[in-house]
Amino acid sequence: MNEQPILELKNVHAGYGSIKALKGVSLKVMAGEVVAIIGANGAGKSTTLMTICNVVKAEKGEVWYNGEMINKISPEKLPVMGLCQVPEGRRIFPRLSVEENLILGAFHRNDQAGINKDIQHAYDLFPILGERRKQHGGTLSGGEQQMLAIARALMTQPKVLLLDEPSLGLAPIIIQQIFDIIETINKEDGTTILLVEQNANLALQAATRGYVVETGEITLEDKASALLENPKIREAYLGE
Amino acid sequence: MIHAFKKVWKPYVLGMLWLLGLLWPMLGVHGDGTLSFDTTFTVWGYIAAGSLVCLAVYILNAGGSLKFITNPLVKAAENVKTSATALPTWIWIVLLLIVACIYPQMAGRYGTDVAINVLLYICLGLGLNVVVGLAGMLDLGYIAFYGVGAYTYALLNTVYGLGFWVALPFAGVFACIAGCIVGYPTLRMRGDYLAIVTLGFGEIIRIILNNWMDLTNGPNGILGIDRIGIWLPVFENGFTFEHFWVKKLQMFYYFALALAVFTALAVNRLNFSRVGRAWESIREDETAAELMGVNTFIYKLLAYATGAFFAGLAGAFFAARMKFVSPESFTFLESAMVLCMVVLGGMGSIPGIILGVAALIALPEVFREFEAYRMLIFGATMLVMMLFRPAGLLPAKRMGTRGEEKEG
Repeated sequence: MNEQPILELKNVHAGYGSIKALKGVSLKVMAGEVVAIIGANGAGKSTTLMTICNVVKAEKGEVWYNGEMINKISPEKLPVMGLCQVPEGRRIFPRLSVEENLILGAFHRNDQAGINKDIQHAYDLFPILGERRKQHGGTLSGGEQQMLAIARALMTQPKVLLLDEPSLGLAPIIIQQIFDIIETINKEDGTTILLVEQNANLALQAATRGYVVETGEITLEDKASALLENPKIREAYLGE
Repeated sequence: MIHAFKKVWKPYVLGMLWLLGLLWPMLGVHGDGTLSFDTTFTVWGYIAAGSLVCLAVYILNAGGSLKFITNPLVKAAENVKTSATALPTWIWIVLLLIVACIYPQMAGRYGTDVAINVLLYICLGLGLNVVVGLAGMLDLGYIAFYGVGAYTYALLNTVYGLGFWVALPFAGVFACIAGCIVGYPTLRMRGDYLAIVTLGFGEIIRIILNNWMDLTNGPNGILGIDRIGIWLPVFENGFTFEHFWVKKLQMFYYFALALAVFTALAVNRLNFSRVGRAWESIREDETAAELMGVNTFIYKLLAYATGAFFAGLAGAFFAARMKFVSPESFTFLESAMVLCMVVLGGMGSIPGIILGVAALIALPEVFREFEAYRMLIFGATMLVMMLFRPAGLLPAKRMGTRGEEKEG
């Protein structure tokens, strides 16, 4: 693969005060890929995504997006550039309606017609959101909130979508739905997806490539199918 | 029903004993060292009997024994509600405005005075609502900007001789700048920390006003501020304009009304704009707002500046009405009062805040005859309100429920 990665982390260190959560993470995401980062609790998965978005500042190392170093770019400018994150725990706006949540996703856009079209597109993708468009975000169920969070992020028209634990606290049947939709987004819109998951089995099935994070370091990198076969992974993350 | 009484008599007796323990030191211990019991027991007896009746009614109602009274009442309330919602909102606004316009003709000097107070506090409450209700930042030093506005007009008028209308925009803009100066270093904080820091800044501004003798004349305040001046057309010798001072309180009332209406319109427009939505997203979840492309710092600063601007305008009106300003009008207690009005009325709801202001200004006036018990009643009312209507008198529709609370 000689082509330029759309998103690249080079030896990134980050942390919270004296706690070092990332100790030199390097990874590459190619355009059109679905890449999964798997790992245990506290391994630094979410911190990796937060550091990409510069919510957590990188102490060392570089984050490159689309041929540009984005270490110093503040988080609110990234959606304009086509990089958007669905944060862990969904974090929708609970006292705003479903529709307002979606409109806020398109905050940086000025094309009213395009926004309306995309809202309609979101309702086509997630029919349940269309039914509840006037309802407060906080009154939705967990799965619906996750769908809303993804739909809201799609409103920014992302080239790269960062998903942080989309399966968190959801019923298996809902998780399956969510992952089907993630696949659709990747296949139909050509959106590149970087997925952080504890549910390694699901994540690796959906992904083309995977990274394993342990205590702030990448310990393994391979094709997703190969990782699924890997006996160590099977033992550590797939419970066999 | 007997069963229900059995359940509650213990907390009732305990509560009444607690009240007695609270009441006696206040009413029975006198300054000269004597102790008395009879007043305490009379007052306590009234309260105990009153609450027993309330309790009995509550239990009977819960048991369904009072259906023959409550059913027609509920029906009537529903009828009123449906007919009220049947009328479009603008009719209510027009009615309210008509009442507001003819009010000073009906009320005396005292009534008009109270009403002016209400109007200025509406302006303050709506301004604070932008900061607390929309952007979700707890601001405990808000009254400082009212002070900045008042002192701006006072100084521009007494030192440079500028008229009210020339100084009014300055008052707003200076308050705005003060808001930005306070806001810039503090808005990186969130929640409780922000509240403490704003409290500190509010006090700093008050203490500056108090101690900067050369400029503000310290605690003595500034005297001899001009009233509002207006130019009216006169037709006696052809068509000329003549200058009048607004001396009558009624005239001033209409200017204050205009200010309140302007503020309500502006805040309403802001609420349903792109900016308002950005503020609300920050209130709901700051990190998520940031990830969705909302520049949280700029919008928080903007909320702060907007709130301060309205406070500055109200401050200029306050100075013009009193013709005198001194630092003691801008204490922390006033900040707390305005915050109470916003919370009591319903955060984020313009009609709610208007009602909250009217209630909190009018209540102490209504109970003026009760002298010492006035503030006690005031406090008790607030307590009861927050217990039974925690979202405010007229909660904003969009603020009504959070995810974890069930509707209804």
